[in-house]
Order: sequence, then structure tokens, then C-alpha cells
Amino acid sequence: MNYLADVTALARKDLRLELRARDTLPAMLLFVLSTLVVFHFALPTGADEVAAQGLLWVALVFTALLGLARAWAPEREDGALEGLVLAPSDRSAIWLGKSAAVFLFLVAIELVALPAFALFFSPLDAGAVLGVLLANVGICAVGTLLAAMAAASRTRELILPLLFLPLAIPLVVGGVGASVSTEPGRYLAFLGLYDAVFAILCWASFEYVVSE
Amino acid sequence: MSTSSPNSSASKIPVPAIAATAAALVGLSIVLALVVAPEDADQGISQRIFYFHVPIALTAYAAFGWGAWKALLVLWKREERYDLESYVAIHQGTIFGALTLATGSIWAKASWGHWWVWDSNQLVLFLVLFLFYSAYFMLRFSIEEGPRRENVSAVYALFGVALIPVSFLAIRLAEDFIHPTTFTRDGPQMTGTMFFTFCVCWLSISLLAYALYRVELLGKRLDSNLRELREALT
Repeated sequence: MNYLADVTALARKDLRLELRARDTLPAMLLFVLSTLVVFHFALPTGADEVAAQGLLWVALVFTALLGLARAWAPEREDGALEGLVLAPSDRSAIWLGKSAAVFLFLVAIELVALPAFALFFSPLDAGAVLGVLLANVGICAVGTLLAAMAAASRTRELILPLLFLPLAIPLVVGGVGASVSTEPGRYLAFLGLYDAVFAILCWASFEYVVSE
Repeated sequence: MSTSSPNSSASKIPVPAIAATAAALVGLSIVLALVVAPEDADQGISQRIFYFHVPIALTAYAAFGWGAWKALLVLWKREERYDLESYVAIHQGTIFGALTLATGSIWAKASWGHWWVWDSNQLVLFLVLFLFYSAYFMLRFSIEEGPRRENVSAVYALFGVALIPVSFLAIRLAEDFIHPTTFTRDGPQMTGTMFFTFCVCWLSISLLAYALYRVELLGKRLDSNLRELREALT
């Protein structure tokens, strides 16, 4: 019970910070909309709707990267992360709280991006929307942990995409499959499997990333 | 001293002996693969690269797995030497991974006429792994030496072994909507001589990797001991 309270407190702190400073969300929103406009010009006449469905996943992954690069920025300042690590709570709660906050940011972005995509390109079916939701879990779980690793390095934002993209390839496969296939069931199951495997791995290993 | 040599039985065998055996076995494998093994009825001479390509790929997997095992020991036992061992194993795995890509590419050109084919699941998987482990080095060398770097490298190395099966599954799934497989490598069953040649090649490549691992480890340890000595003197 205590653990859950810690997680919600940490996630609420991130949401409140974002509501007051409005650093990340507007940037992510503008980025995803600009990307969709770029895609219009990147798809010549004759490119089919399926190609656009694939590009949607590129837009989502890169937008998530933009948000993830900023995910630990508040904690880096003034040694706030050290304070959190020393706090008498389980360290994985820090990861879970941050992941939950990033998840909510992503959902907020997609509430605009998916209708915009449907308006600009082609409508999305239930399989695609479910795929996006499931992929969000994986993106947040893995992305938050990798962002914490990147924050510990000298190169920070530069290295995050290099760490994240190879791990995001299975998510893109599952997501694109769920979007374009007539039977999205096994792609959704695959995304669920990915989420479960990596969420457990991240949950168990986060402690080592932030402590010495 | 933290950098003292480990106590397992295999690591007591002197490096020159391992290196000499590996060199002799690699020589034997070349003779077996190029001269003794019968020519493949379908693919002719180009099939002979199989005797090196597949063992190199298997060795790369083994090195990544070994690196992840040592990474687990870093987090579990918290001993400094496992960090170096994990790093060296992943370094060797990446070298053998790059060799897998190179030999696979040559084989693809010889049998399918293109240097790169997305149909070959193994090659695509190795490309993903190569990118993943290249990022490992970027990450490792952008963190200050110390316990933080050991932990972060170890966690990332552990992600690698989870990524291998997940990516493999993903690439299999992607076949259905990217394009159906038109080529397969499932040829006729190997003959006895072919199988024997394959086993010798596998053994020799694995031993070669182990010899390289030991040599690199020795060099890295010497290097760090020398640095410690230099720091103590100044």
C-alpha cells in the first residue's frame, strides 16, 4: 500500500511540474503535428495508405524520444535524484512513478495525434488504437530506464536514441502489424509479451542504475 | 587485489596453449571446409562459407550470453573483475557479430545475387543486435569509471539477452506484413562428412573466440594494473 502511495506521489509531482512549467507537452505536441505534415510531403502520389500507417509509428516513437530525453531533467537539477534515492522508499517506485507520468504524457499527445492522423491520412481501426496503448507501456517502461542511464552519462540526450531505437524495433513491428493486419490479435499479444518481459526487467534493475 | 585472475578451472589453462590449439584447429577447419567436405549439390562452392558463417554467428550469441552472465555477477557479487570480463565478452561478441554480417552478406551475394536481403531473419537480427551492442560501447565510454558505470553497463548487457529472443520473434512476425519468405536455407540434410566438418569448425571458432577473450582480458588487466602502479608512484 505504501509502495503505491509512493508511486502516485512521484507521478503526481511530475504532472504538477508539467502543469506549472509546461516544458515538455507543448513541444511534443507541436513535434508530432509537424512530423505528420512532413509525412504528407514525404509520401509521393501513389504511396498507399498502408505506408502512412507505418510512418505513424515513426512519428510516435520519435515523439516519445523527445519527451523521454526531458524525463529526468527536473531530477538532475540540484541533485534531486540523490534525494529521491536516499528517501526511505523502494527505488523501483521512482521508476514506476516516472513511467506512469511519461505514459500519461504520451496518451495526452496521442489524443491529439491519432485524430489528426485520421484527418490527414486514413482512419485508424480498433487494432491500431489498442496497439498504440500497448506500445505506450513498453515505450515508457524501457524508455524511462534508458533515459535514467543516459542521464548518468556525459552525452545525455545524444545517446538516448542510440540506446532506445534498437529496443523499440520490436514495438514498431508489433504496432505496425496491429495497424495493418486484418487479424491484429497476435501482434497485440506480442506487444503484451514485450511489455511484460521488459517491465519486469526494468522494475528489477532500476535500483542499480541510480545507485552506486 | 580486485584484478586478480579468476579461479575457475578453464581460466587456469595458459593463454599461449589456448591460442596455439585454436590456431591449429582453425587451420584444420579451413582444410576440412574447403577440401574435404563434399560440394553441395544445389549451391556449389558458395555453400562452403556456411562452415564459417554459422559457427561465427553461434559464437557471437555465446559471447553475448557470457557477457550477460558476467553482468549478472557484477550486480550480484559486486566484484570489479566481472565488469571487465562482461565488457570483453561483449566486445568479442560484437566483433563476431560484425563478422556474421560480413560473411552472411557474402553468402547472400553468392546465392541470391544481392549483398543484403531482408528475407534472412538471422541477418536482420544480427543487424539489430549490432546496433544495440554498438550503443553499449557509446554508453560505457560516456560514463565516468566507477561503480555507476559498472552497474549501468551490466543492466544494459542484461537487456541484450532479453532483446535477442524478443527481436527474433518480432522479425518472424514482421515477415507476414513486410513480405513472405521466398528463400529458405533449409536445404537437404547434411551428410556425415559435412556435419563433422561443421562441428570441427564450430569448435575451432569457439576456441578462437575464447583465446581472443583471454588475450584481451589479459591486456586490459595489465593496463589497469600499470595505471594503478603509476598512480601509486606519483
